[in-house]
Amino acid sequence: MREVAVVSFAQSAARREPARNEVEILMPVVTQAVEASGIPRHEIGFTCSGSCDYLAGQAFSFVSAVDALGAWPPIVESHVEMDAAWALYEAWAKIQCGMADSALVFGFGKSSPGEIRDVLTLQLDPYYLAPLWPDTVSLAAIQARVLLESGKASERDLAEVAARSRRDAAANPGAHQRDPSGVDELLARDYLVSPLRVHDCAPISDGAAAVVLAAGDLARKVCDRPAWIRGIDHRIEPHALGLRDLATSPSTRLAAEKAGLGSVPPEVAELHAPFTSQELILREALSLDAGVRVNPSGGALGANVVMAAGLVRIGEAARSIREGEASRALAHATSGPCLQQNLVCLLEAD
Amino acid sequence: MSQDLGPEETLSARFKLEFDYTRSVGPVVGRFLMGLLQRRIEGIRMSDGRVLVPPTEYDPLTSESLDEFVEVGDAGEVVSWSWVQVPREKHPLDRPFAWALIRLDGADVPMLHAVDAGSESRMRSGGRVKVRWRAERVGHIRDIECFEPEDAS
Repeated sequence: MREVAVVSFAQSAARREPARNEVEILMPVVTQAVEASGIPRHEIGFTCSGSCDYLAGQAFSFVSAVDALGAWPPIVESHVEMDAAWALYEAWAKIQCGMADSALVFGFGKSSPGEIRDVLTLQLDPYYLAPLWPDTVSLAAIQARVLLESGKASERDLAEVAARSRRDAAANPGAHQRDPSGVDELLARDYLVSPLRVHDCAPISDGAAAVVLAAGDLARKVCDRPAWIRGIDHRIEPHALGLRDLATSPSTRLAAEKAGLGSVPPEVAELHAPFTSQELILREALSLDAGVRVNPSGGALGANVVMAAGLVRIGEAARSIREGEASRALAHATSGPCLQQNLVCLLEAD
Repeated sequence: MSQDLGPEETLSARFKLEFDYTRSVGPVVGRFLMGLLQRRIEGIRMSDGRVLVPPTEYDPLTSESLDEFVEVGDAGEVVSWSWVQVPREKHPLDRPFAWALIRLDGADVPMLHAVDAGSESRMRSGGRVKVRWRAERVGHIRDIECFEPEDAS
């Protein structure tokens, strides 16, 4: 295996962006990530992005993002219709195959112009589920009830995840869900879709994020403390919700095992959990005990740029290594209803 | 001649996003949907013997082809649920309702649908619900209008 590291990361200040379009949000982010990487833009060997046409309401909307790249002379470029964490996976594989020594990975999306709860329904089975329009919050609420009734967690546990995430988000310029409310205050509020309250759900965010990867000696040359990708793996559970034990995440557990998590706990874990209940499910699947710092960025509950929030987890985990806060960090990204698909990326310092 | 347009004079055109094609649903999904037309719910036996409703052509765990249909009941047990106090425009009911995973009698794998329970206090995991059939059925998942608590009538 080739050694591959995250050498830079940039993101926009997530918020609702009525004025700027995707390219306008993306361009400074890409420029910042490329400049911070120390690799001249024209020497980056591969570019891969993650975004969703359904968010833009337009076919091949990702093509316009090329405007943000400076793609002349021509570049080698690809795209996934998934969170950009999966674009990073493709770029990592490209580097493993020896087809590039460096890669620019980015994700972007604007959720605020549409109804994101309805838009995400379009990823469901088109015959049995999508025609009923079960929105993301309603499905996550079914999952949360399975968790609560299993006795593994209480509504107070969920509110504690929310309160901690909002506190941490307040210190993160990339996040925007900031709220000093305590757990009792949060629990006094109404349900959105019972048993979930608004604080249990990720905010609606527009934005973009970008990461630069580099292999071996190039990474060492441009970066004092590269965040090496020691393992990365993606696993999928069946689509039918009734087939899954929704209170657990076997695909996350398996992805972590294949990524090489082993018995040494990471110091930091950035988990892509758009719902408080999902963070608790992921922590259990990854056997993270209280000693692991979970989502110091505020996580997806602090900012949830759909199609970039997973990549942001990898970027934040890598930053904790590059800045010396951790020597081993775990990043996780999810896709599909109720944590159907999960990707785990394990990062380490030298 | 060109002239500046104020914001209230900005030109606009209607745009409807649509994918105008039809799909064949195949021998398994098609049989399930045609069954609904006749108020019949059929599942399919998975490789491990469990009955999956609604049925799929392939085993979701092993990918083997499946072909043993099993008729199941039109009532069953709520496995988990959520309560929508404010329905969204596209939701199947326009009043507060529950989404539920429902294990139909004779099935092993629960299916998702809406339950018209009237109030949240009438919902509980383990509670019994039954199908309310749509009067005019067309061979579609929404031929099941919704479920309702079994003690409703």
